[in-house]
Amino acid sequence: MNEVIRLENIRRDFKVGEETVHALRGVSFNIESGEFVTIMGTSGSGKSTLLNILGCLDTPTSGEYYLDGAAVRTMDKNERATLRNRKIGFVFQNYNLLPKTTAIENVELPLMYNSRYSSAARKERAIDALRAVGLGDRLLHRSNQMSGGQMQRVAIARALVNSPSVILADEATGNLDTRTSFEVLALFQQLHSQGRTIIFVTHNPEIAQYSGRNITLRDGRVISDVANPAMQDAAETLARLPQMAD
Amino acid sequence: MNFVNLFKIALKALSNNKLRGFLTMLGIIIGVASVITMLAIGQGSKKSIQSEISEMGSNMIMIHPGGDIRGGVRLEADDMESLKLEDLESIRTGCKYVTYVSPSVNSAGQAVYGANNTPTTVYGVNADYLDIRRYKVEDGEFFGEQDIKSAAKVCVVGKTVVGELFTNGESPVGRVIRFGKIPFRIVGVLESKGYNSMGMDQDDLILAPYTTVQKRILAVTHLQEITCSALSEEYTEEAIEEITGILRVNHRLRESDEDDFTIHSQQELSSMLTSTTDMMTVLLAAVAGISLLVGGIGIMNIMYVSVTERTREIGLRMSIGAKGRDILAQFLIESILISVTGGLIGVVLGIGASLLVNVMVAYPIYIQPWSVFLSFAVCTLTGVFFGWYPAQKAAMLDPIEAIRYE
Repeated sequence: MNEVIRLENIRRDFKVGEETVHALRGVSFNIESGEFVTIMGTSGSGKSTLLNILGCLDTPTSGEYYLDGAAVRTMDKNERATLRNRKIGFVFQNYNLLPKTTAIENVELPLMYNSRYSSAARKERAIDALRAVGLGDRLLHRSNQMSGGQMQRVAIARALVNSPSVILADEATGNLDTRTSFEVLALFQQLHSQGRTIIFVTHNPEIAQYSGRNITLRDGRVISDVANPAMQDAAETLARLPQMAD
Repeated sequence: MNFVNLFKIALKALSNNKLRGFLTMLGIIIGVASVITMLAIGQGSKKSIQSEISEMGSNMIMIHPGGDIRGGVRLEADDMESLKLEDLESIRTGCKYVTYVSPSVNSAGQAVYGANNTPTTVYGVNADYLDIRRYKVEDGEFFGEQDIKSAAKVCVVGKTVVGELFTNGESPVGRVIRFGKIPFRIVGVLESKGYNSMGMDQDDLILAPYTTVQKRILAVTHLQEITCSALSEEYTEEAIEEITGILRVNHRLRESDEDDFTIHSQQELSSMLTSTTDMMTVLLAAVAGISLLVGGIGIMNIMYVSVTERTREIGLRMSIGAKGRDILAQFLIESILISVTGGLIGVVLGIGASLLVNVMVAYPIYIQPWSVFLSFAVCTLTGVFFGWYPAQKAAMLDPIEAIRYE
């Protein structure tokens, strides 16, 4: 297995007025290709800051971050934008789909910022990604005609479309009801089983049972980093849930 | 990121907000349309004045005797007797930029035929006068060289005089009218020219051989005016210089002496009269230009609102790989699309409105191609200028904050 992410003693300080806030105080871990990792922590633990750094939206104050072997800390804004475009797929809590826009158009968006893809190739890959998340029959539905679960699936398809090295999910089930949450979680597990690398940032401890490894942060430090040998199957949990009365 | 993709993205964003886009465009549409219409109206009146003036004559140059100082008293210019027939001959033979030359001596008085009479002016001229003033003989013929030599009592009359004297519709050619005490036989009638741009009736006149007017009416030997035509409009200046040189030699003026004559040209008159309409055009265009500016500010306003409203969209685009310059280009293209589309509609509307003014109230209009280009270029620049700051603001957003913006 090769290493996708390597964090070496990452620190991130913010200046708030006169004071310096240490959001991350030396975080180190590696993530191998094909892992499904949850990063847990209460608010203020530094998990959002860590997510921003992992997503190349922010750079550490000190320490090194290698994404697929490339040192991110020394990159400028434009290089990081390109890196995000090629290597990272984001899934956000509130989906962040473009309004009044069809599923295909939303999904092909990352490829619009990559001039290597022709219009036809974009469309083809967007359709493939939508099929992979089970929305093959809703290609032309607009974002305002879809349910939360469907919107999150479109967002996941958008994160898949550029075949990223890692998918970063930020509270991806936070806005969904229990049932839909498990549906989405099952989808992540399915993608994981296909060999995708997934990092799922959440404050919900329950989700940790469905991932292969769990990293917990507190006060800017990693307090536990444990493998979960008995990963639960979200699809089974979903099947056991009581059927909702319509 | 290629341009075609950016263009598609911008177009998509605009089509998501059609009404707002259109309302923003409206400012530009009204601005461009009014600039074009106002310029068309201004240029139209200028053109119509110019054409009326050119109707008055062909590249006319008018030479009058100048005022002179005799014993410390500046004399009235018209009283001077400095223009002579020899001057006319010198101009005719010596000026290569002058085509036609005619003397002019005139006298106001009462023309009488039978029981009818009318106040009018008799102009003593030669045959060149017709070409200089663009008169045409409609009926009969013009008097000839022989009539001028013999100071014959013949004349050609204008339509207004005919109307006043021959009330029962008989043909005036061959009839004898009386001007003052002198009887004139009518040999021809001039085609009507109507009023000129200064409101003068150009048909209220009698033309007679200048010799006849000099000897039989005024009893003078000098000329009140020499009228000539320059070869073409461009040569007016050269013709005036030539004439000045010849007259100064003829009048034996020393280097230090002032000219004892004055020269006016039709061109001068034309630029004098059109300067008013030029001023009007500038004022109208300035007011219209302000409305274009207001339209531009409207774009800026909407683009600012749009950037704020779409902060999360911008954050998302950045997080999936859009660079600052992609975002800048996207918003800039949006504002240019608004202004250029508005500009195009404005051009069509402006031309339409101009034609409507022309048809409905018969006001002369003239749409100059440059005015269309200018207003179009201005509104494109408006799009760039007023779109720049909002687009810059969007491009500078921090994706981390933008993506979580509520």
